[in-house]
Amino acid sequence: MSNDILVYVEHLNGEVTDATYELLATARALAAQTGGGVDAAAIGAGVSALTASLGGADRVLVAETDALGAFNPQGHAAAFSELVAAREPALVLVPYTSIGMEIGNQVAVANGLPLVSYCLSVDASSGLSATCQLYSGKVEADVTVDGDRAVFAMLAGSASADDGRSGGAGAAETVDVTIPDLAVSFVEIHEPEGGDVDITAGEVLVAIGRGIESEDNIEEAQELADALGAPLAASRPIIDQGWLPKTRQVGKSGLTVKPKVYLALGISGAPEHLEGMRDSATIIAVNSDPQAPIFGVAHYGWVGDIFDFIPELTDRLDG
Amino acid sequence: MKIAVLMRAVPDPVEELEIDGADLDRDFLGYVLNEFDDHALEEGLLLKEETGGTLTAFALGSADEVEQMLHTAIAKGADSAKKLGDDLDAVDAHAQAATFVSAIRDGGYDLILSGVQASDEIDGQVAMLVAASLDLPHVSVVVGTSPGEGSLRVTKEYWAGITADYDVATPAVLGIQTAREAPRYVAVARIRQAQESGALEEVDIEQPENSSGVTITAMRLPEAGEGAEMIEGDEEAAAGRVLEILQAAGVR
Repeated sequence: MSNDILVYVEHLNGEVTDATYELLATARALAAQTGGGVDAAAIGAGVSALTASLGGADRVLVAETDALGAFNPQGHAAAFSELVAAREPALVLVPYTSIGMEIGNQVAVANGLPLVSYCLSVDASSGLSATCQLYSGKVEADVTVDGDRAVFAMLAGSASADDGRSGGAGAAETVDVTIPDLAVSFVEIHEPEGGDVDITAGEVLVAIGRGIESEDNIEEAQELADALGAPLAASRPIIDQGWLPKTRQVGKSGLTVKPKVYLALGISGAPEHLEGMRDSATIIAVNSDPQAPIFGVAHYGWVGDIFDFIPELTDRLDG
Repeated sequence: MKIAVLMRAVPDPVEELEIDGADLDRDFLGYVLNEFDDHALEEGLLLKEETGGTLTAFALGSADEVEQMLHTAIAKGADSAKKLGDDLDAVDAHAQAATFVSAIRDGGYDLILSGVQASDEIDGQVAMLVAASLDLPHVSVVVGTSPGEGSLRVTKEYWAGITADYDVATPAVLGIQTAREAPRYVAVARIRQAQESGALEEVDIEQPENSSGVTITAMRLPEAGEGAEMIEGDEEAAAGRVLEILQAAGVR
């Protein structure tokens, strides 16, 4: 085994994602603890071009393969597993994203390594340990890992992407990978559809979450939004229920918003939601649970029932 | 098409949580079906209806809610439902996956569906661990499927509304984020009927050891409202203060 840290380079449409740069920043700090270097593995067709923006790594392992023109959950995982097996890095970092979670689980199982999910931070100064977010961000857990090697799936925002972006071009090392017969084949990519209301354009945004309880109660929140001249947005559970269109979703799966005022009603503040709204200028949160993580990012908070609060504020705005 | 849906009970996301040592205080904790598993069940039911297949729902755990989850699955259209083990509340994702694998390994399923994640999966995601153990192809964060000949067209969500379609040869495992349609409603009378039908089968499975190599040493609730100015008083006070904040921000 080596003392190195191996980062999975997540890329889409020829661009390295912010999540990858966050991993590189985390990896740099960990490499100082292990005394190793930072390797970044870029896998797929055309990835040589990515090295120009991967100076945050000491070495970029470039696995050019025409067999993987777009992300393939099976193919990319198999190729990355092979690199992990060959290089035996001490730590493997993947982003806890749609792509990273596929890679992390398969690589961990294929290499017999422990996997730690939902990581906020990792420490390798004395054995391996991490701090993670569980129960939709309501609980923080400290964990220790058996052995001296593991895979860590890092939550968005766990480090500064800018820190990992510095350094210009990376030093490329060409590597060969074997792509197995694939049972999963890529067909096509779809960009989001526009139309409906643009929730990224509003100065004020009223956003509702699970606390709205039923579709019948949406109208009450809509009245408040109308009184404010604001679009009505929502967190994922509301969209998944089909109560509001997908174009209204704030968070990792939806849109990132930065209004002057974000009014979060009955939203607990799962990490996936916070990712999409934490940079709003002023965040006001109303929730009945005083422990709701939304209060951790809010500037103003009130603990109480949204069904008491909503009509009260609507009346004042209309009056 | 022969479909298996793997379901877990998780702490109710709307409940306030309390900590007892390095775990939740589970004495009075309410459990609900993992919301992503609910979507996996819905997607499974839609595929069953489209292909004229069968669907078996599997669930883990001892909580009373687990039987309720399975009866609900039957009432919604599952052909059979199996409750696995009776002492599996605090096991990790690896042990959960191992339990599911032992229950489905010889079942000849074409498609295994489960939720993309659960809020307590610190050591990996069950759907993907099951796929890796059975050496089956896998796609996760799936937001829709449509059946083809010997394969499935699945839509995977990346982020920010970007999705991609994949063709997946069956047998396969899918981690479902959102079903094509919102999970169907089922009347309480139907659930009661399912309860009385005796269709729920209890499968005695030896509890697997936690084998993930990941140990939780401490748990805590993050500081509530750290940095936030908390508004005191009733809803009138709250609405008044929020109006002032809106005015100060120049949006009112």
